[in-house]
Amino acid sequence: MKKKVIAVILAATMVLGLAACGSKPAAETAKTEEAAPAKEEAAAPAAESSGELIKVGIINNDPNESGYRTANDKDLKEMFTEANGYEASFAYSLKNDEQITAAQKFIQDGVDYLLLSAADTAGWDSVLKDAQDAGIRVILFDRTIDADPSLYEASIVSDMAKEGQTAVDWLKGQNLSEYKIIHLQGVMGSAAQQGRSGALDAAVASDGWTLVTQQTAEWNAEKAQQIVQSVIDSGESFNVIYAENDDMAKGAVAALDKANIAHGVGKDVVVMGFDCNKWALEELLNQNWNYDGQCNPFQASYIDEIIKTLESGGTLSEKTIIMDEKGFDAATITQEDVDNYGI
Amino acid sequence: MQTKEMKKLNLSEFFMKLFRRQIFIPIAALLLLAIFNLITDPSFYKITLGYNSAGDPVLSGYLMTILDYGSELAILAIGMTLVTAASGGQDISVGAGIAIAGSVILRVLCGTDSRPETLQAPIIVAFLVSCVVAMLFGAFNGALVAYFKIQPMVATLILFTAGRSIAAWINNNELPIISEPSFGYFGGFIPGIPIPTPFFIAVACMIIMALVLKFTNLGLYTQAVGINESSSRLNGLNPAFIKFLTFVILGLCVAVAGLIKVSRLSSINYSVIAKDIEMDAILAVALGGNALSGGKFNMTASILGAYVIQFLTTTLYKFNVQSDALSAYKAVVVIILVVLSTPVVREYLSSLGKKLKFTRNVKEVG
Repeated sequence: MKKKVIAVILAATMVLGLAACGSKPAAETAKTEEAAPAKEEAAAPAAESSGELIKVGIINNDPNESGYRTANDKDLKEMFTEANGYEASFAYSLKNDEQITAAQKFIQDGVDYLLLSAADTAGWDSVLKDAQDAGIRVILFDRTIDADPSLYEASIVSDMAKEGQTAVDWLKGQNLSEYKIIHLQGVMGSAAQQGRSGALDAAVASDGWTLVTQQTAEWNAEKAQQIVQSVIDSGESFNVIYAENDDMAKGAVAALDKANIAHGVGKDVVVMGFDCNKWALEELLNQNWNYDGQCNPFQASYIDEIIKTLESGGTLSEKTIIMDEKGFDAATITQEDVDNYGI
Repeated sequence: MQTKEMKKLNLSEFFMKLFRRQIFIPIAALLLLAIFNLITDPSFYKITLGYNSAGDPVLSGYLMTILDYGSELAILAIGMTLVTAASGGQDISVGAGIAIAGSVILRVLCGTDSRPETLQAPIIVAFLVSCVVAMLFGAFNGALVAYFKIQPMVATLILFTAGRSIAAWINNNELPIISEPSFGYFGGFIPGIPIPTPFFIAVACMIIMALVLKFTNLGLYTQAVGINESSSRLNGLNPAFIKFLTFVILGLCVAVAGLIKVSRLSSINYSVIAKDIEMDAILAVALGGNALSGGKFNMTASILGAYVIQFLTTTLYKFNVQSDALSAYKAVVVIILVVLSTPVVREYLSSLGKKLKFTRNVKEVG
C-alpha cells in the first residue's frame, strides 16, 4: 500500500514537473543547465616586455551555447591578439554570479578595458562601480544590462525589431497576390522572438495578411516540423513560412518535402529564416529558401574601433551602437556572402 | 426473464473484469480521444495517398502523423517500462541520451568533416557504434542505481545535466549535416513504401521485445525484483544485475530512437533534440497503468500509452493550441488518468460495483 501511495506522489510530482518544464523558456534553461563553471583562459601570459599592449578582460557566455556564440567568440579571439596590440583574457559562463566573480578578478588584475556580454541583466551595479573607481572602462557587447549608463562607455547590440522589420519589408516587396503565413516563433519572451514577431504582427494587422497559424516551436526544428505537418494535414493552404530561426525553417521545409509542396524561389511557398547559419545560406544559394535575416555576431571590429577612439582621447558620439544587419535574398545571394556572413 | 437478468449480470461482470484489466486505461483514453475527434471533425481520420518531393508514394493524414511521431516514444516506452518495473524509478536522461547517440551516429558518418559529400562509413556501422555508446551510458546509469543504490532519478540526473554537453563535445560543437538521401529513410519513408519507416522500426522493436519476454525469464525476473528485492535474492536471483540489465536495454532503445530523430532532419541540434521526451516516455508508462514504484508491468499497455500521448499531442496541434501550453493540457489529462488508475480509486470503484450488484441480488430475493 505504502508503495502505491509513493507511486501516486511520484506521478504527481512528475506531472507538476512537466507543467513547470512547459513554462520555462526551454532553450535558455537547457543552456544554463549545461553551464560549466567559469572557465578562464589567460591568453599568452608573456608580453610583459612590451608595455604598450592594451589589457582587455572579456567576459562572455559559453561558446557552446549556440552557433551564434561560437562565431562571436571566434571573432573576438581573432581581433584581440598581440599582433593587434591587445593582451586579452577570457572568462566564460552562462551564470551571472560566476561572471561577476570573473569581473572582480579582472578588476584586481588591473585590466584597461572590461568587455562584457552579461548572462543576466541585473546585479551588475556594484561591480561596475568598482571598475569605474579603478579606472577601468567597460564596454558591453551583444547584451544590455539594467545599470546606470554612466557605468559603461558603450554598448554594441543587435536591434531585433529592426531585423524583423527588414524581413517583413522584404516580404512586402515580394508583392504576393495573397499572404497566408505560417508563423513559427522562438521561445516566447526572448528578445529575438519579441523583435521578430512584433514586426510581422504589425504587418498582419495593417496589411490584412492572414496568419494560418502562429505557434512557438521554441527554436526547435522537430517541433516546427510537427506544427507545419499539422497544418498540411488539416488541408489549409499557405504560401509563406516565417520562421524566427534557421532550425525551425529547416524543420518546416522537411515537412513540406514530405508533402511534396514546392518551396523556394519562384515556387509555391516562400521560406524565411533568421541567423544566417552557413548551411542556411547554402539553402538560399540553392534556391530552396527565399530569405535569411542576419543576427550579427561580429562585434569585435566595433569594439576595436571604440577602444582606438578612447585611447586617442576622443569621445564617442553615441552610447548605444546598433550593428548593421543584413537580410539575404535567394535571388541575389552569392557564394561570397555565404563565406563572409555564414556562421 | 431469469436469463435476461443473467445476461445483464454477465455483461456487467465482463465490464468489471475489463475495467480491472490494466490495459483498460490506455484503451479508454484512446477511445475518448478518438470519439472526441470524430465528433468535432471527422476529417481527422482522412488518409490520402500522395507523393513526396522525391516522387515516392506516401500516405499522409493525422493518423499517419501519429504513427510516425509516436513510434520513437513507443520504443523508449519499452525500455522505460522495464527500468520502472525493476528499479521502481525512472530514467530521466533519455533525452540527453538521444542527443549523445545521435551525435555519435553523425560523427561516425561524417568523420572529421562536418559537411561530407559522401558518407565516411556505412550507416549500419554508425548505428552499431551508437548502440554501443548508448548502452555504455545506460550501463553507467545502471551501475549507479544497481550497485551504488542511488535513487534512479538522482543517478540519471547526472546524464540529464551533462548529456547534451557531451553530445556537443563529440562533434566538436559543430552541426554536421548529411546530404546522403538514404540516411533520411529511417525517419521518413523508404522509396516505394507509403508507410513511415519509424513505425516499422517500432514494430520490429516490439516483436523483439515480445520474443525476449516470451522465451526468456527477463519479464518474470524483472517483476520479481521490482516487487520484492530481498525475497527475489533469497530465491536465487541477482537483483543488482537485473536492474543493471534493464538500464542497458533502455540504452539500446535510446540508440534506436536517436537514429530516427537524427534521420528526420539529417542533422542535430544538441540543446533541443528530443527535448522533454523523458517526460513523455515516463507518462507513457504511467498511462499504461504501470505502477511507477515498480513491480508488475504490462508492455502492451505502455506502448499503447505512447501512441495515446502522440494522439493527444497531434489533436492539440490540430486545434491550434499554443504549443508552449501543450504540456499543461497533457498534464491535466495525465492527472485524471493517473488518479483513476491509483489503487485507492480503483478499490473504491470496484466496491461501488459490488454494492450495485449486491442491491440487485437483494431485490431479486425480495
